[in-house]
Amino acid sequence: MTVADLLAILPQTILEGLLLGFVYAMVALGYTMVYGVLGLINFAHSEVFMIGAVIGLEVFRFWGNPEAPVIPNPFLLLLVALVFAAVGSGTMAVLVERFAYRPLRKRGSKNILVPMITAIGVSFLLQDLTRIYAALRHNEFNMQYRTYDALNTTLLLPFETTIQVKGILIIVVSLLMLFALTYLVNRTKLGKAIRAVSQDMQTASLMGINPDVIISRTFLVGGSLGGVAGVLFGLLYTNVTPYSGVLPGLKAFTSAVLGGIGNIPGATVGGLILGQLETLSGTYLPFLTNGNFGTEYKDVFAFLTLVLLLLFRPQGIFGQNVSEKV
Amino acid sequence: MSRYIFPFTLAFTALSLLGALLQPQNGLTNLALVASVALVSLGKIPTAWRSGLLAILALALTVLLRLNPSDKIAFYGLLGVLMACFLLPNLSHLVRVALGVAILFIAVPIAGLSNSFLFELGIQIGIFAALALGLNVVVGQAGLLDLGFAAFFAVGAYTWGIFGSPQAAEFIQGFPPQGLPGNYLYLFMALAIITAAITGVLIGLPALRLRGDYLAIVTLGLGEVVRILANNLDKPLNITNGPQGITPVNRPESGLLGDILRLVGAEQIYGKPIDTYITYAFFFYLLVLLVIAVVLLVNIRLANSRFGRAWVAIREDEIAAKAMGIPLLPTKLLAFATGAAFSGVMGAIFAAKQTFVSPESFTLQASINILAFVILGGMGSIGGAVVGAAAVTVLNIGILKDFSDLLNTWRQTGVTILGYNMANLPPQLNPAKYERLVFGLILILMMIFRPEGLIPEQRHRAEMQEARQEAQEGGVK
Repeated sequence: MTVADLLAILPQTILEGLLLGFVYAMVALGYTMVYGVLGLINFAHSEVFMIGAVIGLEVFRFWGNPEAPVIPNPFLLLLVALVFAAVGSGTMAVLVERFAYRPLRKRGSKNILVPMITAIGVSFLLQDLTRIYAALRHNEFNMQYRTYDALNTTLLLPFETTIQVKGILIIVVSLLMLFALTYLVNRTKLGKAIRAVSQDMQTASLMGINPDVIISRTFLVGGSLGGVAGVLFGLLYTNVTPYSGVLPGLKAFTSAVLGGIGNIPGATVGGLILGQLETLSGTYLPFLTNGNFGTEYKDVFAFLTLVLLLLFRPQGIFGQNVSEKV
Repeated sequence: MSRYIFPFTLAFTALSLLGALLQPQNGLTNLALVASVALVSLGKIPTAWRSGLLAILALALTVLLRLNPSDKIAFYGLLGVLMACFLLPNLSHLVRVALGVAILFIAVPIAGLSNSFLFELGIQIGIFAALALGLNVVVGQAGLLDLGFAAFFAVGAYTWGIFGSPQAAEFIQGFPPQGLPGNYLYLFMALAIITAAITGVLIGLPALRLRGDYLAIVTLGLGEVVRILANNLDKPLNITNGPQGITPVNRPESGLLGDILRLVGAEQIYGKPIDTYITYAFFFYLLVLLVIAVVLLVNIRLANSRFGRAWVAIREDEIAAKAMGIPLLPTKLLAFATGAAFSGVMGAIFAAKQTFVSPESFTLQASINILAFVILGGMGSIGGAVVGAAAVTVLNIGILKDFSDLLNTWRQTGVTILGYNMANLPPQLNPAKYERLVFGLILILMMIFRPEGLIPEQRHRAEMQEARQEAQEGGVK
């Protein structure tokens, strides 16, 4: 391949990275918001995301059966799937907080590992509960999204790039959700309370904010975003398994750290950067190394970038450097 | 109330022993014996009685195992006695060592030679215990959260896997086509310690400049990097053979052990030939026991040394430790290298025992499982790491599988339980497949009800109690 050939596929690569980046960004927001208020890596968030994908899949299966569709319009169907996934995943996140994390908080343990291990436990539990559900209902491990011609139509864009209709939808939905979240956090009372709790829980509670309620709402918001991202992810890759939340979850968390964990714009930017890194390295590594190191190394590339960045900027791109007080 | 415990325990133990004598093949009497082990270990009874009763129970269980080698409940009972003499305070050293040696070197082999599953279970527990001990140094003692610990296990396994198999000839010209003979394993166990420790330092150098959650995510990422490398280094040079993994990995010669077994008349006793399969099971059982003993010894000595105290100091307060003149990075690196070395040596044994190495064994899941052993057992506590590994392994490859088999028989015979015909139970519900579910539940419940672990380290227990008290007094929300 000549340099001209490599350049010719650049716009398409960037576009695909953008789609992936938006999905990562939405999941990363869930991690970063919970981290902001609780200082906890919520490992269960990847499962909340996966459950969103499964809920979306069920909506498509129930109401989008091609022979006798309840909702014939695929766009409307997608909207319904998104709403159901947002509500379902949000509720799931709230339940997890209520029954797994809150009891720990009430006991006042200062060990940061305790809630994290609980999060890992919840993550295992949700994975296998979904697996049981998939086994009982579909009698299979892999669950396939239905495909619709209207969503898969390919459109031509400038610079010889193509995009499917669902790709446009992913970008539109993500942007809408990101704007809505920014509005919520910066312009509403709930957002103000969330910011207050994440700055100082004790002082916030003195100002008449009930931290438990705010934490619960934070989980609701983060979980809903994760659920929406799950449906978009399922639409993009069409295959969902009970364990398909793990890797995207890990990447999304990496994005959150990249952008500076606890920082909301940081998570978005981190997700977009990671999406680009992944698709660019996936596309170009084989050419740059004569096929010796192929697409398989895109994750290595992403993680090494994270390590490098953290070495020079331990607080992430947008994070603030908190000096240690003795 | 408490003065009735001793007589009750005595009576119960006597009854269950009597039951075992009259009906040795009955599952119920076995359960009663296991219950007696628990009562004797945990109840408030005089130490002399406790030692004596444990010894008698161990003897009874051994006899039962000899009569029926597939009797797993009796085996779990023996494991319980072993744990008890390993962990209970106040037992005299003589009792501890005598009982421990008797169980490990007499009772288990007697039963294991006719049921190799017991050896298999012992080997698995030993390997996982070494991994848990290694991670315990890093997370429990030095307080550095490492989520990519399986990487070091992988490095150890591949160190022997590559050179002890035809794999090395793929990329080194003139290397023996079948790889190095199995007896080189002993040399490579030492090499695996070194390669794993070096990997520990290499991963630690960038990672240990970070703190807390950042350290966790970076170790997780680097651990994944090691796995991805193992998965893809089949080109340009075929070093790891990629996702297919490496097989066959050579094993050391076990002929001598087989000869010894034949010499003491094992073939006559068991009425069947002692084949290489069972000899190898026994061989690796002994090898793992030996290594775990060395690892334990090193770990205990280290924990009480200058370095061990420096690790605890760093865990408790990094800044204070620095102010006291502890060099942070070298001390942390030493913790990483020590933990890595423990798991590296077991990695080499694992490769030889399985005769197969593939990247599948070293996923993020594996790292998290090891972390869970440590947490379940009690962070920072050496006994806890071993108990955590043993408990989870027994649960995963023992009890869950038994329960699955039980459900299957119920399903086939169509037993009705609580008005529900078991034949209608969907075949997809197979508990052995859902170990994560059980594992997840255990983790959550443990963290809510006993966050300090099964065998807590003293310092941690004190901290947790303090926090609980503060929460009760309403000082901290």
